[in-house]
Order: sequence, then structure tokens, then C-alpha cells
Amino acid sequence: MATPNTPLWEVFIRSRNGLAHKHVGSLHASDATMALQAARDIYTRRGEGLSIWVVPSTAITASDPAEKGMMFEPAESKIYRHPTFYDVPEEVGHM
Amino acid sequence: MVVANIEVSETPLVLYTLRRADDALILGHRLSEWCGHAPMLEEDMALSNIALDLIGQARELYGYAAKAEGKDNDEDKLAYLRDVRQYRNLLLVEQPNGDFAQTLVRQFFYSAFADLYWRAMMNSRDATLAAVAAKSEKESAYHLRHSSEWIIRLGDGTEESHARAQAAIDRLWAFTGEMFAVDDSERGLIDAGIAIDPIALRERWLKTVTNVAGEATLVLPQNDWMQQGGRFGRHSEHLGHLLSELQSMQRTFPGLTW
Amino acid sequence: MYTQALNTAEADDRSLEDVAHAAQFQARIDAEERIEPNDWMPAAYRKTLTRQISQHAHSEIVGMLPEGNWITRAPSLRRKAALLAKVQDECGHGLYLYAAAETLGTSREELVDAMLAGKAKYSSIFNYPTLTWADIGVIGWLVDGAAIMNQIPLCRCSYGPYARAMIRVCKEESFHQRQGYEIMLTLCRGSDEQKAMAQDALNRWWWPVLMMFGPPDKVSQHSDASTKWKIKRFSNDELRQKFVDATVPQAQYLGLTIPDPGMTQDAEGHWRYSEIDWTEFKQVLAGNGPCNRDRMAARRKAHDEGAWVREAAAAYAKKRQYRQSAQAAE
Repeated sequence: MATPNTPLWEVFIRSRNGLAHKHVGSLHASDATMALQAARDIYTRRGEGLSIWVVPSTAITASDPAEKGMMFEPAESKIYRHPTFYDVPEEVGHM
Repeated sequence: MVVANIEVSETPLVLYTLRRADDALILGHRLSEWCGHAPMLEEDMALSNIALDLIGQARELYGYAAKAEGKDNDEDKLAYLRDVRQYRNLLLVEQPNGDFAQTLVRQFFYSAFADLYWRAMMNSRDATLAAVAAKSEKESAYHLRHSSEWIIRLGDGTEESHARAQAAIDRLWAFTGEMFAVDDSERGLIDAGIAIDPIALRERWLKTVTNVAGEATLVLPQNDWMQQGGRFGRHSEHLGHLLSELQSMQRTFPGLTW
Repeated sequence: MYTQALNTAEADDRSLEDVAHAAQFQARIDAEERIEPNDWMPAAYRKTLTRQISQHAHSEIVGMLPEGNWITRAPSLRRKAALLAKVQDECGHGLYLYAAAETLGTSREELVDAMLAGKAKYSSIFNYPTLTWADIGVIGWLVDGAAIMNQIPLCRCSYGPYARAMIRVCKEESFHQRQGYEIMLTLCRGSDEQKAMAQDALNRWWWPVLMMFGPPDKVSQHSDASTKWKIKRFSNDELRQKFVDATVPQAQYLGLTIPDPGMTQDAEGHWRYSEIDWTEFKQVLAGNGPCNRDRMAARRKAHDEGAWVREAAAAYAKKRQYRQSAQAAE
């Protein structure tokens, strides 16, 4: 008999205060409480974390790589959004 | 060279420390037997973590017992060169793993106690024991959380898991009384503020155990006849086999460094 | 990323690999770009990776057994803690790798079922028995040493999730080989009996370890495509030679003899080993190694006896969800 699937979770860990949570991997667990415990036991064995988020993998909506051009290329031409686009005389000092 | 058991001068402090060290080692050893055989990889990780915490506690306590004794014993001599009659652990922790329910109920009964015990021991007048307690308290708190969550799931899961969890509770209940027993040698340490009186923890332990069992739809036995003897070296038959495995290298190749 | 949900039927609908897609894909690989889970990829790339990553995961999990055989008998408390932590790491590595394989669209359960049914392979090295404590030293020193040789290039593998899993694995494994070598060093500085134990273990493991790198380049069947796709960056023989060259001086330092009387050092300093007995390798791979049956039996037992636990957790989750929605409806 095929083994029934246990839900998949994505694990995010804040490694130090002041940093954002970062995706570190996945695990299987029957519910959120168990997922959080498993994340602690699997992904913080070497003192990697101060805070954990677990998210059901099915809850993530991702952009489609086939639409990469439409999604991300239009931003590349907007160089006026970056400070180096503007000329300010050196005498003015740091701005 | 003769393979001999070491002799330990069991002053009250040495004996007291050894008893807790033996609890931690034997339970840690039992949990390590699961490594590679757990119901899911996530639990292989979790049970190994608990085992490592306990083996770590045992090493610190053996080190302190050896120091308090002041002879040439050390953590490994204390662990590997005492026989079953010299081991001082609770009968509860030497009980075989059985199925996952039995392992988790054993852990739950012990951790519900250890959590309270180490928290209270942080106020010990003995600085070393207080330091061990401060570290062990956090570990035990997590062990209690982990085992409680499993008791709830096993008890309130399927018919089969409920029956297995209930059977484990019924089987292990009689070993819980020993955690609260005190003998004359410990009474002196309690009076001196070095040890704590475990009787004072019993009500809170029972409350935790009752609450979790209730949520798990499990029933605690009414029977209050409790098995005793581990603290004095009168063990179940299981411990001898555990020790013959644990100690096999030191017994086969005496006096070598590994 | 990392979700099964993202690898849905859409990707399969495109399994008619049109030439343009394939060319674009290869151009990305050639430019050292990483391929991510929901990117278009040739069906053969997906299949090859699923097979390789899941075999790698199975190897980590089955690999817990030979070393796990000594956790309860480790000769000191320090060694016991280190060994348990190491075997636990292997479990973690299996877990990371299953997760990486799952991003390609096959669930962990399906991958594990295939292994338990004997349809998927794992590293043949774990079909040899651990007879003495010295075997634990040799496994750390040589088996983990060989594994690291293999795994470091995989940190740059073209498939993102696999590469990231390998980076984590390599970081964690750095203590494994040192742990093994320290055990060997202690034995070799110990009594005659201990030194003999170390030599005996080396004698038994040496050739199986060389076989870990896989068949010689002239007969290896997967290498061409894997190289083109930058899953594989060195050939089996290249890695094997690199391993031998690194290991011989370490053995000399221990005062141990490599069990290959025909071994010579060439003008460039490479240690040339004798012909490997590939018949043994094929037999072990075919299921006739000394421990194949025991290893499979142990994994099946853990899986079967754990079924009621997994069912209980699932049943509880369902009940809780039901209760929560009932409460919300009130």
C-alpha cells in the first residue's frame, strides 16, 4: 500500500536579532505545532536560530518563471530610481 | 589485567549526584537505541536531540560526582565500570523502549518531573549542581513540550494509538512513585539546602500529567502501589542487558583509551 | 520554491521538449545559471536529478544503520555523544535531500516507497558490516572522506535546491571526517591490539570505499548527460584518484598499510592503485552484499512499525481542524 503523504512545510529562521527570517529548508509534519518542533530539532541543532516560522508549502503562491520578462525586466530600465542617476557637485558633500 | 568494578565511596553528595547522572545516562542510552529506527525522520532527529541533552547532563554530573569523591574515578569509569547493583537510576528510565507510545510515555513521566526538579535545583546551595540545573532546566522544559504533544496525538489519534498509549501508561505508572522518594542520605542534603525535597513537586507533577492525559483522552491508573529499588541498586532485569551492551568495550579491553 | 504545488501539471504539459526550450535551457546551464524548481527543464534532466538526489537521500538514511550499530556500544561517553550526533546529522542530510528531490515533483513518501520496494538504489558501501569499533573510525575517515570528495563539486550543481542542500550538508559534515580520523589516531597510538584492530578495519573497507566513486569512466553510463547538464563536474576516476592521493599520506601518518601491495607512486606524485574487483561491486549492487537484506529489513521494520504513529498524528490533525472549524462556525 502506498504511504499517505504527510504535509510539507517551509521553514524560515531568524539567525540573529535585527535580521529577517530566511528560508532554510523544508520538512514533513502532520500539523503546525509538530512542524515547529521538528523545525527546531532539524534546523537549529548548531545554534542557527532565535526565531522560527513554519508555513504550509501549499500556502505559497509563486511567480511563474515563464513570465520572468514581463514581471521583472520593466524595472531594469528605471535607472532614475537609483541615487547614482543624479549629479550633485562634490563640493555639496555627502547626500 | 582483571576486569574489575570500581569502588565508589558513596558519601551523601556523591550518591545524590550519581543517582541523577545514572538517570540521565540510562534514559539517554535508551533513546539512542531509536536512532535510525524511528517512525519518521523528523522523530529520529528529535529523539536523538533529547538523548544528546541527557548524555550531556550525565557527563557533567559524573564529572562532579568524581570530583566530589576525590579519588581517581572519572566520568567513564563511573559509567563503564560499575555493575548493575552499583547503578542508582530510577526503575522508570531503564524500562525498554517498547513501541513509540511506551518510549514517549516514559519520557513524559520523567520530563514532567525533571522540568520541575531542575527548576527547583537552580536554587541549590551547591554551585555546581545549581549550574547543571540551570542548563538542564531548559532542556527538560523542551523534552516535556515534545513528549506532551505526542501523548496528546497518540491518545486522541486513532483507536490503535489510543490503546497503545493507554497500555503504556498502565504499564509504567507504578514506576513514577520512585521519583518522589527520599532516603536518610538525601534528607541531610535537603536540610542543608543542597538538594530539594521532591515531595514538594508531586502535586504540580500530578497536575501536569493529569492535564495532558485529560487532553489526550487517556486515564491515569488509580493504583498507587509503587515499585522502588533503583536508587539502591535493586533493578529490573532489563538494566543488566543494557549495561552489558553499554560497557562491552571497556569490559572486553580493560584499561585502554579510545 | 521547494513546493510540490509549484511543480504541477503545467510542466508536464510541456514535456514535448521543443527544440527552442531545450537550447535555451542548455544556454542557461552553460552560463552557470542555476535551474530552480518551477523553471522549464527537459524531462530527462528532471528524471536524472530525481534519481540521483533520492539515491543520495536513501544512502544517508541507510547509512545511519552501520554506524548506528555502535551507538549503544561506544567505548566512552565522549565518543558516544559524538557518534550519536554524527548519525543524527546523516538523518538530517537525508531529510534535506528528500526535500530537494521533492521540488522536482515526487513526494518523499513515493521516493521512500520505491526504496523499500527495492526499486531504488543506495550507496553500496552501507551493505558492509561494522564489526569492531575501528570500523567507526574508518567509516568517518574514509567513507565520509570519499563522500566529501563527491559532494563538494555538487555544491555547484546546476540544480539550485540540490546545490543548496549540499552546501548545508558539506558544512555540517566537516566534523565527521575529523571525528573518524581522531578515532583512528587514538587506536594507532594505543596498544598492539588496538593497532591491529585499526589495520584490520582498513583492510576490510579500503576496496569497498574505492568502489564508492562508481564504475570506471570507460563504462559509466550516466556521465555524459550529467556532465553536459553540470550535475557532475568531475568523472568517477578523477574523483577516485583525488581521494587516493589525499588518503595515502594520512594512512602513512597513522602508520597503517594500504592493503594494495601493487600500489606505486608515479612521476607526478599520484598514487596508482591496482585493478578494482568490479565483480564484487556488481554483486553488492545487485543485492548480494553481506548486509543488503539486513539493511532493507531494518528500514522496512522502522517504516511498518511507525505506520500507526504517522496515522495517529494525521488523525489528530484532522480532528483538530474539524474542531476549530466547528468552533468558528458557532
